[in-house]
Formats: sequence, structure tokens, C-alpha cells
Amino acid sequence: MTLREIVEKLDLQVHAGAGRMEVTVARGYMSDMLSDVIGNAPIGGLWITMQKHKNVVAVAVMKSLAAIVLVQGRVPEEDTLRAAEEEEVVILGTTMSAFALAARLHDLGIAGD
Amino acid sequence: MALTAKFVKTQELLFELRVADVMRRDVITVRPDQTMTELRRILRDHRISGTPVAAGDELVGMITIADLIAFLNSDGEEALIGDKMTANPDSLFSDQLLVHAIQQFDATRFGRFPVLDPRSRKLVGILTKGLIIEGMLRAMEQAFQEEEIRQYRASHIFEDMVAEYKEIYLTYELVGRDFDRAGKASTQMKRNLKRLGIRPDIIHRLAVASYEAEMNTVLYAESGVMEFRIAPEEIVMRLRDRGPGIADVEKAKQPGYSGAPEWVREMGFGAGMGIPNIIKCADRIDLQSTVGVGTTLSVRIFTGAGANRAGDEGGGT
Repeated sequence: MTLREIVEKLDLQVHAGAGRMEVTVARGYMSDMLSDVIGNAPIGGLWITMQKHKNVVAVAVMKSLAAIVLVQGRVPEEDTLRAAEEEEVVILGTTMSAFALAARLHDLGIAGD
Repeated sequence: MALTAKFVKTQELLFELRVADVMRRDVITVRPDQTMTELRRILRDHRISGTPVAAGDELVGMITIADLIAFLNSDGEEALIGDKMTANPDSLFSDQLLVHAIQQFDATRFGRFPVLDPRSRKLVGILTKGLIIEGMLRAMEQAFQEEEIRQYRASHIFEDMVAEYKEIYLTYELVGRDFDRAGKASTQMKRNLKRLGIRPDIIHRLAVASYEAEMNTVLYAESGVMEFRIAPEEIVMRLRDRGPGIADVEKAKQPGYSGAPEWVREMGFGAGMGIPNIIKCADRIDLQSTVGVGTTLSVRIFTGAGANRAGDEGGGT
């Protein structure tokens, strides 16, 4: 399933990277510990988190993540957005909780490991 | 412009292009004293739907197929182009940015604009939406080729250079507590490795190891030097930092052990996974530390044909 389809089906907000929606996503990971994500998130996956500071962008680059999804209406900080544009990282947002979002993604066929 | 705003790279390209880069220079013109019947022949012969009207090299008007149709639907008496054309037409300057030209197309809905030299005000070309698309595609093709050539050259560097020993050293200076630049060295390094044509699974293992090592220095040390030695069969990352050091190196290698203060944990670091993550990605690791002086970490990853494929997922198993 492409990011565009996920964004449309779950009515996600696009904070950064609107031009990179055609990427296909099959797996996801949910964590607020950056080292956990670095160590265990699937390459090219979707990352659900509450962390909105700039360092999430580098984590996404390191793991070639398809997108970061900020939950519970959290909005990326200004320099997070700038870094995301620079490094071509997609940041999405939702008012859903992390658990609710993961459940919806699972229904769409996005799996965990 | 809402459309172009969504495509950042394309937009950047647009800002590099000027009207002169994509306009057509050998522009077909007609004179105001020619007849509408002649116009009909000219439009048909050149398969165009409009053209500038020029007296000498002076632009005096625009005439289009719509004007011709209106003329053909009237009483049928011959008329001069000069009487049917749009006089004092909107025009573009050849040095204008292409984005601004596109905005003008959007705002007016005209299909073509005559292009004038900004100094002499003489007619030097014509711009249509088709020419804009053609010019954009050409620019994109060129940008794509340039990146391909860069990548090709880099990935063949070891084959192209002749020497007894072939190694590349890339070095980054790290500054403690500089969260603004944290992760920058690893991000740049990942791009370099891609250009060097390193296998993607190896790039991801190195990316994880270098990010964790870089963050350890940024979080805990005063400063550090991260060095990558890239050889045909292996890549060795060595990070030497000046800082508090690690009291119990063996404990630090265990998952869950962390000396991180609360503010570090709040940012999502300090889960005691840093060094274990590095160990998972490395083929060989050496960690030496002296309390009050600093820490030296060496990570070796084999890249030759038989390189370990375990850890394809960045060490996660």
C-alpha cells in the first residue's frame, strides 16, 4: 500500500514530504525510544511516535523510513520541519493515539515483525 | 502555484531555469500588412495556433487561430492582420525566472507569450506551455544523469585507481551537546556510502552503528572525531571522544544498562541500547575507555563478496 493511500484512508495530516507519497509501505514500528527504533524498526517502514524534535529526522534517514507519524495531534517543531525538507523525510500526523493508529494500520495490512 | 509547491525538487529546478533556457528562438512571425488569408496558410503550414506580429524586429501584436476563426465567420471580406490582431500584447522578458512565467500563464490563461530582450525590447523568442514542459523534462533528465554519473564514478573508484593499497578516509568532527547538528555526520556518511555503491544492507548496518556512536558522543562527551576508513574489503569506523569515559565497559555492552540523565531519556535516548545496537551491526568491535579521559570505539564491517548478510534489517533479529 502506498503512503498516499494510507494518508487518504486514515485521514492523516501531511506535515512534510507531500511530494513523496508514492512509496510503498508494508511494515511499521511504534516506539518513542530512538535507539529502539534505530535498532529494531524495519528498513523502509512506517514509524509511529510522539517524539517531535529534530533528531527524529536523522533516525528516519538512517533506517530509510517511509514516514514518521506523529500521534495525538503533536506537531513537528520548526527545525524538525526544515530538517525533514532538507533530508527528504516524510512527516505525517494524526489526532489518534499510537495504539488506535497501529490498529487501523494493521487493518490495512501494515504488519509488525 | 499550489501544484508546484508540492514538488520541492521540481520547484528548485524551476528556480534555476529562465525563460531564455526553454523558449523557442527561431520564432515564426507575421507582418501587420499581411492578409488574414496569408495568416491561414502560415498557421496551417507551420502547424501553429498563434504567432507574434512584428514590424521589423519590433513586436506590435499577437494573432491567434481564435482571431482567424472570428474572421472566417464574418462577412468574408479580406482584412489585414494589423486590424485583427491584439495590439500591445502581454509579453515576457528572456531573463525572467520560469516560475514567474508560469504564474503569468496561470493568471491570464493565454497559450503563448512573445519573449522580449530586457534591454533592447526586441522580439527574441516565443514561450508556450508545451515548450515549458519540454524544457522542464530536459532539465530533469540532465539533473538525473549528473547524479547517475557521480554515483557511477564513485562506485568504480576502487577499480579505476591503481595502487598497492587502496583506502579512502572520511573524517567528521563531533561537538558534545550540539543537538542541532546531532546525526548530521551519520546522515552525510550514509549518502557517501550510497555514492560509493556499497551494498544497501551494509549501508544500513553502518548507518545504525555510526548514528549510535555519534549520539553517544553528542550526549555524553565534550568532543570527538569520527573516522571512516573505506577499503575494498571492509569499512572501519573509529570514534575517539574526549569526555567522562565509561566506568564499566562490559556492563555498557549489556542491553538496558544506561547512565543517562533524565533529560536525555526524555528525548528518547538513553535506553541502554546504543552499544548493544552497535554490537549487533558490527563484524568486529573494540571498545576502550578511560574514566575522565575519553572513549575509543572501533567498528569493523566486512564489505567483500562474502560479507555477512545477517543484520539486513539494521541489526534487528
